[in-house]
Amino acid sequence: MTAESAPAPAAPAGAAEPRHGLRIFLIWLVLSAIVDPIIWFVWGPHLPPGAMSDTAASQQVDITVMAVMSAPVILFVLIYFIYALITWRQKPGDEEDGPPIHGNARISATWIIGTAVIVLGLFVYGTVELIVPAGAGAGEGNTPIWRPSGGTPLQVQVIAQQWRFTYRYPQFGGFETTDLVLPVGREVQFNVTSLDVIHSFWAIQLAVKADANPQLNNVAYTKTLHTGSFTVRCSELCGLWHGAMFDTGRVLSVAGFQAWATRTEAQLAALTRQLPPYALTYDANSVKQLGKAFHQAGLFGAGGNYYGSQYPVSP
Amino acid sequence: MAVEIQPEKAREPGGREPGGPRPARPWWMRPAVHTGLIGAVLGYLVGHWLGNFLAGGYSQVANSGQNDMAIVLGYLLGTVGWLAGLGVFNDLLRAMAGRPVRTVEEEEAAAAGGLARYFRYSLDHKVVGLQYLVGMIAYFLTGGLFAMAIRTELLSPTYHTLNANAYLMVVGEHGTMMIMMMSSIILGPFGNYFVPIMIGSKRVAFPRIEALSFWITPAAFIVLLSGVLFGGFPTGWTGYAPLSIQATQGQDAYAVAFGLMGLSLILAGFNIIATIICCRAPGMRWSRLPIFVWSMFTTALLMVLAAPVLVGGMYMLITDRTVQTAFFTEDLGGSNYLYENLFWFFGHPEVYILALPGFGIVSEILPVFCRKPLFGYRVAAAGMIGVAILSFFVWQHHLFMSGINPDMRPLYMLTTELISIPTGFIFLVAMGTFWKAKIRFTVPMLFALGFYFNFLIGGITGVFLSDVPADTTEHGTFFSMAHFHYTIMGGLIFAFMAGVYYWLPKMMGIKLNETLGKIHFWTMFIFFNSTFLPLFAVGLLGQPRRVFEYARNLQPLNDWVSISAFLLGGSILIFLINFVWSTVIAREREEGNPWRSRGLEWQVPSPPPPGNFRYVPVVLSDPYEYGVKDAPPVADLDPPVGVVAAAYAGTEAEA
Repeated sequence: MTAESAPAPAAPAGAAEPRHGLRIFLIWLVLSAIVDPIIWFVWGPHLPPGAMSDTAASQQVDITVMAVMSAPVILFVLIYFIYALITWRQKPGDEEDGPPIHGNARISATWIIGTAVIVLGLFVYGTVELIVPAGAGAGEGNTPIWRPSGGTPLQVQVIAQQWRFTYRYPQFGGFETTDLVLPVGREVQFNVTSLDVIHSFWAIQLAVKADANPQLNNVAYTKTLHTGSFTVRCSELCGLWHGAMFDTGRVLSVAGFQAWATRTEAQLAALTRQLPPYALTYDANSVKQLGKAFHQAGLFGAGGNYYGSQYPVSP
Repeated sequence: MAVEIQPEKAREPGGREPGGPRPARPWWMRPAVHTGLIGAVLGYLVGHWLGNFLAGGYSQVANSGQNDMAIVLGYLLGTVGWLAGLGVFNDLLRAMAGRPVRTVEEEEAAAAGGLARYFRYSLDHKVVGLQYLVGMIAYFLTGGLFAMAIRTELLSPTYHTLNANAYLMVVGEHGTMMIMMMSSIILGPFGNYFVPIMIGSKRVAFPRIEALSFWITPAAFIVLLSGVLFGGFPTGWTGYAPLSIQATQGQDAYAVAFGLMGLSLILAGFNIIATIICCRAPGMRWSRLPIFVWSMFTTALLMVLAAPVLVGGMYMLITDRTVQTAFFTEDLGGSNYLYENLFWFFGHPEVYILALPGFGIVSEILPVFCRKPLFGYRVAAAGMIGVAILSFFVWQHHLFMSGINPDMRPLYMLTTELISIPTGFIFLVAMGTFWKAKIRFTVPMLFALGFYFNFLIGGITGVFLSDVPADTTEHGTFFSMAHFHYTIMGGLIFAFMAGVYYWLPKMMGIKLNETLGKIHFWTMFIFFNSTFLPLFAVGLLGQPRRVFEYARNLQPLNDWVSISAFLLGGSILIFLINFVWSTVIAREREEGNPWRSRGLEWQVPSPPPPGNFRYVPVVLSDPYEYGVKDAPPVADLDPPVGVVAAAYAGTEAEA
């Protein structure tokens, strides 16, 4: 589709004139034929976000496809510009005006149809890529319409607060921890919410991004494919220490994850009893009251009082 | 058309002869910037007192002990005082008292020549245009200094030049200054100055509204900058709600300044729309409108339709902060999505308010330096109209990750990608105009070419962002930041520079130094690209926007970007030197029509005389008929007696 998409203006050339349109077209064809395979085969597999999860893999392909689509467009415009600026620059002493061409309906129509075809193609492809891997790792709100098929995903609640992410595992008694640990080869459902302002949960190598809205739940799905560690960053400006709001998560083997989860559940049992019962959203006001009690008891959790009541000076 | 005859008026007690000259007063008695400043200070004090009086009991900013209401009312009444001191309301009061108001012609005749008129509430659209030009350059430089501070901080991921709060303050001031103040960077100077001349009008439709739209901008600028005194605001230019309600007093500066600028956009837009519809010379059909005027028309429509939503949103934010309404607080019945929706319903058309003027300027300049008619004039105009209409249907692509309307995302993906079709028309028009042209590489042409290159990169990366799956990785990162800098800095600012080099000889009647201009272009073009091209990679590799701490492996790229950014700042300095050198020190006269342009604005002397034209011109042909054998001149500037009346009679008969 890309081959025909960018039209080469082939205005009627004079007898002695070289066929500019054909030349531009050939240069473009050759360069596109060189550049596109390089993008697809050489650059594409190294593009972010990698292949740690199914959403990351599909986004990598998606970005590669768009690069392959747009490279010929960029090339065409650039080649045309460079060709025009070299060929049709003013000759010294030539003060004549150029030929009075006011337009060309055929070329305009070709251009419009060409760009429309590219755009609609990208739209269809993008929609498929959005729906097939269950929302492509993006936040789908409280009631996701694109869900992964088969089995119950591992539930992980992401609680964002200024300026820390904590994670609750409702399938393991609802303990809350600052470590994000996932099993490999498992469908994961992130339930993202916030206790104060808008944050955005971005697991970079998993290619998951969902805004954390206070009092709202935002669901995102992914399926881990490889073990390893990944970076979590807040990608929505959330105040003073937004830049310092990051941590590292791990994808472990299934057995390793089970061991970690049961161990942590037991370790944190005392704290878990003090926490507000697991819910998709937490009321910021009652959480604050609870938080004060926790703070006095030397406990820290979904109460939000990681920094106490004083103004924080360091993260 | 009946000629209106002023009825004879008796001399008013204490007044002047009707039609006689206004009695001259010494300069310090006449309203100007100094009386405006006095008014602003008085207004601020009254407002601050009133705020404390009304809401001293409950409207407190957390951790500050200050009264929010007092600050907001201080800003608002200070702005009213500033405008009153400038004499904005004088004519209104005169009219209410039944006394004669000053007219545009009187104003122009009285003030001809003097520099003082640039410091007054002037009704002359050419004065307002130059006021806008100098104002916008000043705002742009201020915003640019903040950018330098951002890049200084990002030189190292661990060593911090600024503290976390200062960094956020600088980021917020830079973003807000650039997006909000730069909305008028082309419509303000060039739109107000050249639209009337290009359509053959002696004046604009609403000179008072036009002048008011300018004099609000210094107030907005000062209010926004005053946020620095309160430690700035932590929200960036978007001001997302729960954070902006939590923030300290600097956020009031943000909300009031943005709201004021919204008012300025609405006023400026109304004037341009009415001028283009009502003030065209005979023969200036819609199909002969210069393409720059089309871009101003569509931009003004966007301003008038989008900015009210912004003003409403800012008003709600202010009431949430001061009188404790809860529009944006989820657990009190509000919604933070409401703010995001209101903001981006303005914010996306705003992006095209910044893009369309650029399209207009480069498309206007291209035929002149290609010596060819504009290729596909109708396609270009249709492209701008298409962009303007579609821009109201794409705003939720800023909220793809927010969890709002997840099922609507394919629709917004579609509308966003569709907008690249009319945007592509601008490239079609350029490429068609190049075909067998005789291209002259003048400084304005170079900047126009730079625009096309940058906007190509910006536009194509915009398609990446419109795609929801790819956007999951790119959203909120330096990728999107690089994208919109390519369209705004690389597009709008390059087009603005093209406009400055193209039109300044007309506006001031002086030459800009060409060598310095070429040095300015090449340094700006090279360092712009070397600043922002690596940022796409930085974003994809995982650096979110507005962070001061980033992954250590990204330091080489960030350092490269920072150094390029400083050099880019240096190239802007070259522009400033050129601007000051050429307009203040060298002052080499530029007569007539240096570009041999057919544009109507180039057919009048430089700078244009008061009233622009001696007689209302009759437009005879399109402005881009280069190379057309026996093409009539673009307009008859001295039409025979009766022709204008006949032309009007003709149009009425047609209608």
